Amino acid sequence: MFEHLSPEIHLTFAGIAGLLLLANAILFLRKRSAPDRDDTELVLRVRTWWIIVVSFAAVLAVSTTTAIVFFGFVSFLALKEFLSLIPTRRADHRVLFWAYLAIPLQYIWVGTVWFGMFIIFIPVYMFIWLPTRMVLIGETKGFLRAIGTVQWGLMTTVFSLSHAAMLLMIRPGESARVMAVGADDGAVASGGAALLVLLVLLTQFNDVAQFCWGKTIGKKKVVPKVSPGKTVGGLIGGVASTVALAACVGPWLTYLDLPRSLLAGLIIGVAGFAGDISISALKRDLGVKDSGSTLPGHGGVLDRVDSLTYTAPLFFHFIYYCYG
Amino acid sequence: MADILRFLYFLLIVRPVILIVIGLNVRRSNLLPDKGPAVIVANHNSHLDTMVLMTLFGMRRLKDVHPVAAADHFLRNRLMAWFSTKIIGIIPLEREVKGVRRDPLAGICEALDDGKILILFPEGSRGTPEVRDEFKTGIAHVARRYPEVPFTPVFMHGLGRSLPKGEGILVPFFCDVFIGQAVYWTGKKASFMDRICDAMNELEAEKEIPRWEPS
Repeated sequence: MFEHLSPEIHLTFAGIAGLLLLANAILFLRKRSAPDRDDTELVLRVRTWWIIVVSFAAVLAVSTTTAIVFFGFVSFLALKEFLSLIPTRRADHRVLFWAYLAIPLQYIWVGTVWFGMFIIFIPVYMFIWLPTRMVLIGETKGFLRAIGTVQWGLMTTVFSLSHAAMLLMIRPGESARVMAVGADDGAVASGGAALLVLLVLLTQFNDVAQFCWGKTIGKKKVVPKVSPGKTVGGLIGGVASTVALAACVGPWLTYLDLPRSLLAGLIIGVAGFAGDISISALKRDLGVKDSGSTLPGHGGVLDRVDSLTYTAPLFFHFIYYCYG
Repeated sequence: MADILRFLYFLLIVRPVILIVIGLNVRRSNLLPDKGPAVIVANHNSHLDTMVLMTLFGMRRLKDVHPVAAADHFLRNRLMAWFSTKIIGIIPLEREVKGVRRDPLAGICEALDDGKILILFPEGSRGTPEVRDEFKTGIAHVARRYPEVPFTPVFMHGLGRSLPKGEGILVPFFCDVFIGQAVYWTGKKASFMDRICDAMNELEAEKEIPRWEPS
């Protein structure tokens, strides 16, 4: 059950569990020293982190297919949250049904490693089919808005997120631009899973780092109208922390060498920030605080995967360019 | 036999569809009555309303929960009647009593005497999705006969998008379920109906329905 995952992946999960235990310990001590302080939100958040980490580890451990189905389910929850948040036209009932149908299809392309279809299915076929279906219904009022929002939702929650799952399926090519490190040992055999773990770890770490640095340093706001908590100092500190973690973990966990790990950290740091504030802007536009309530202490699934919708495709194509 | 089928139907079909495909966002589920006799008063947008409310009560209380539904619609043929009464467990209500002098609330009273939890949709029919119609006053007649029975208001939003009247295809949307404090018979029909309607309006106001333009 665990053989297909390298010892480094096991150790990474052990390390994450250690960090969560540390968070539990800190919360416990805070409660002891100041019993009146209300940490309910933080306690819930850490508890939900445990559930996320354990389920992620479990689906990876069972099999690659299970992990792909898991990401498909995450896409489903995220798209459902997105469509529940935005206003939709009653006439588009069946169009939205087609949008949902894109999820299993997109993940079938992942599972069968049909790369060409995977990369064009939503940006080309769905892009043309959904407005066609909409036109056949014949409602023109609000047409552009309706098709624009549905396509954007599919691109972020399904197309982008499926890139995370696709990491599991790619192998370093024979004539790649960059040589994979440790090409003859376990690093390549479980290379996909290691890349996925690195992506998710760095993306989530970047969220936390941006948040913590934003609280401690910097006065100048990056985008005060969208997210008042984000400062220039926080952004730089967050990206620097993510690059540092990428340099430490990347070459050890995956087949990336040090320069490629540093670049990956930079891409994930900057793109994670962009994804985060894009979803923030969406929520602000609609006047809601959280995208949902599926993950107690975090909000909705979309609140949790917001950065991943930007980091997953960019990280994937960086890997594909270097090693594909 | 039918009881086992009913249990399996809710466990294997209704619950997975409601909890995974649809997904609920429930506020204050602790206000739901733990045991009967009790009445749930809810707004009606979709056939899924009943399934959501029954899911909220969990499998343990399933045997005590019964929706009240229109006899003319749900008993219109033998198969439908069997499914409605044995599997869903509806208490049929005659919407129009013609000629025969029979108490239209007899079925409801019998169930309350048995200590059941009833689900009532005082709007009568599903109507236009996500538009709340005025409540019919039938519930006041029930409340007058059972002044000690709690009437718990429940507001639901989203199911009219998932499966509106006239649509056969279910499209997933998250469903909000807001539960309010129970209301008891006040002694007067008008003030009881006002209380119920105020409670529903308050629950509805909790939901900020997103719109493109500020309304």
